[in-house]
Amino acid sequence: MKEQKPILSGAEIFFECLRREKVEIVFGYPGGAVLKLYEKLYDVDFLKHILVRHEQGATHMAEGYAKASGKTGVVLVTSGPGATNTVTGIADAYMDSVPIVVFTGQVPTHLIGNDAFQEADIVGITRPITKHSFLVRNIDELASTIKKAFYIASTGRPGPVLVDLPKDVINSVCEFEYPEKVELRGYKPTLLGHQNQIKKAADIIKNAKRLLFYVGGGVIMSGGHRELKLLAKENNIPVTMTLQGLGAFPMNEPQSLGMLGMHGTYWANQAVNNCDVLVSLGARFDDRVTGKVDAFATNAYKIHVDIDPTCIDKNVVVDLPIVGDVKHILAELAAEITSPPDFDDWWSQIQKWKEECPLHYEKHDGKLRTEYVLDCLNEFTKGEAVIVTDVGQHQMWTAQYYKFNHPRSHITSGGLGTMGFSVPASIGAAFAIKDRPVISISGDGGFQMNIQELVTAVYNKLPIKFIIINNSFLGMVRQWQELFHAEKYSFTDLGDSNPDFCKLGEAFGMKSFSTNKPEDVNPIFEEAFSINDGPVLIEFKVEKEDMVFPIIPSGATLKEMMTKRLDPKEMV
Amino acid sequence: MKHTISVLVENQFGTFNRVVTMFSSKGFNVNSLSIGETETSEISRMTIVTEGEDKIIEQVVKQLNRLIDTIKVIDLTGQSRVERELALISVYYQKGNRAEITNVCSIFRGNIVDINNKTLTLEITGPPDKIDAAVNVLEPYGIKEMARSGTVALKRGEQLSSKKESLTT
Repeated sequence: MKEQKPILSGAEIFFECLRREKVEIVFGYPGGAVLKLYEKLYDVDFLKHILVRHEQGATHMAEGYAKASGKTGVVLVTSGPGATNTVTGIADAYMDSVPIVVFTGQVPTHLIGNDAFQEADIVGITRPITKHSFLVRNIDELASTIKKAFYIASTGRPGPVLVDLPKDVINSVCEFEYPEKVELRGYKPTLLGHQNQIKKAADIIKNAKRLLFYVGGGVIMSGGHRELKLLAKENNIPVTMTLQGLGAFPMNEPQSLGMLGMHGTYWANQAVNNCDVLVSLGARFDDRVTGKVDAFATNAYKIHVDIDPTCIDKNVVVDLPIVGDVKHILAELAAEITSPPDFDDWWSQIQKWKEECPLHYEKHDGKLRTEYVLDCLNEFTKGEAVIVTDVGQHQMWTAQYYKFNHPRSHITSGGLGTMGFSVPASIGAAFAIKDRPVISISGDGGFQMNIQELVTAVYNKLPIKFIIINNSFLGMVRQWQELFHAEKYSFTDLGDSNPDFCKLGEAFGMKSFSTNKPEDVNPIFEEAFSINDGPVLIEFKVEKEDMVFPIIPSGATLKEMMTKRLDPKEMV
Repeated sequence: MKHTISVLVENQFGTFNRVVTMFSSKGFNVNSLSIGETETSEISRMTIVTEGEDKIIEQVVKQLNRLIDTIKVIDLTGQSRVERELALISVYYQKGNRAEITNVCSIFRGNIVDINNKTLTLEITGPPDKIDAAVNVLEPYGIKEMARSGTVALKRGEQLSSKKESLTT
């Protein structure tokens, strides 16, 4: 007798699909169009639903969870405003290739296009910022669509996928069958690199005199950090990382040159400019990395490994492209390179650059500076924490001063540069990471952009340390105003309008600390890190007008790098 | 340089929009775009005429390929191909020049498909430059309105050397 397939409702099918996809956590907010899903959710016990306070928070939490765990983040929101509130998070995930699946409620199919209550064409709105999107118009397609959504989000170059669920589809019933596998004839990511290209790359690497690895977030996403470490350490290859690549290679290893680009180290940028072979691994030659494209690594033979063919030759034309999974290609390269090339001269040159222009800040004037806070934090956590930063000066200082030794430990909004990312993203990360401290760092500006999610952290007793670097300014914008916009500090001074962050933290139910003295930093960390049954808030009132150095102005070359604030006397 | 790109896509809700959105969000030009079913009902063929430097065209092709619903992308430029466009052109006529216009129409191997007391409607098919030429000639008479379909194109079939070979392949 033929096996009888169960007849399930749309809501039942939805959660059964999530169970099959091994979803453990959903970040969501209920509303009219998804009431049926929430009705069913009431009885679902295999996953945790986290009630957020704003749908943007849900998407950033899903991102934080995905970046920290390597799994796919899941969001569930209602139609109309619920859906449109997810847009910034979706755009952020698209730019940084974060696998999330966003389920949005939709008005019933017969009302679509009717300007119905809480209707928004969310599929249309998000089309340019999703890897793919679906409007489920028939319940028969529901299960296979969800299967496809998870598959597309997590494979190849990951990214956000949106699934729009009309109310009537969720309310109807059909026979349930979950597809075993996905067959998409238009989507077959290339995983294995071209053999001859890999061999050629290995030959060029073997004969390089001044080799440099330029590592991006792709290495972390592919899980290729072990292969990278092995290859770079055994052959003593200098490694520089992008913002998203930090942690792909341990920064306490001598081969690490730290970050490159606009706020990268002097020696990393010198190495880029002077290398004879540049191997880009899962990075995309972003304008914050290259500066003036025509002057970027002009002397180097460029090898570009990337899973996304559109990244190749997009910004910088390369000599040897290899399309494929970087983890796999790194292993193949390692197998080809049997004897370590001699980079002694190259390393002594790099060492000279390091001595010429080290990272530095004023330590002896008794004033509290962000760099000092980060030095202390690095010491205190021994580089073992998961740090979730926001956008701006503190983000760049963190990238410079915190020594990330593990992948998936530096979580930040890179491509889109979304202020308000850190607070919710750290909450998502804290649900994924239980054995290491999770630290959120924001400026006083960005902290106020998704401040409502502090409730979510408190309610769920997440032991996050929310650090506010308060300089009473939108610091990075202020820095550009000082350097490039005639010192017109237009609307960047928050000093008079900022709330009392300590009182605010207390109101949310958090133990809160505040100081403007360097000697308080470590004692505060001692006390704050001993609290593990909930979040704490730490405000550091730092020097107001400090700037992030070095900086290469937008679209400029290394020659124009500024390493310190110009003394007016020197400017004559 | 102009490129004619043929794209096979899933004949699904939203596919057309996704292609168009990609062009606008990446800032690529579209000179003409046509879409219709193929021999297989679940696959549509889009013919896109676009313009740009080689580097841009390379990105256009890659970005098209990157879309999940894209099955195949063929840049027909420089390949042996058949390219056609259809135009409906409604032209004002006077008592004395009706025959002249009819004559122009037959030179371009077109058809007169409609007539009233003021205008003649011509149907002209051919490569886009032929349509351009016809439009140039008709302009002095006064074109009331015009509809062009955009280019459709197919790669020319390869000449098979013998019947036997065609059976084995």
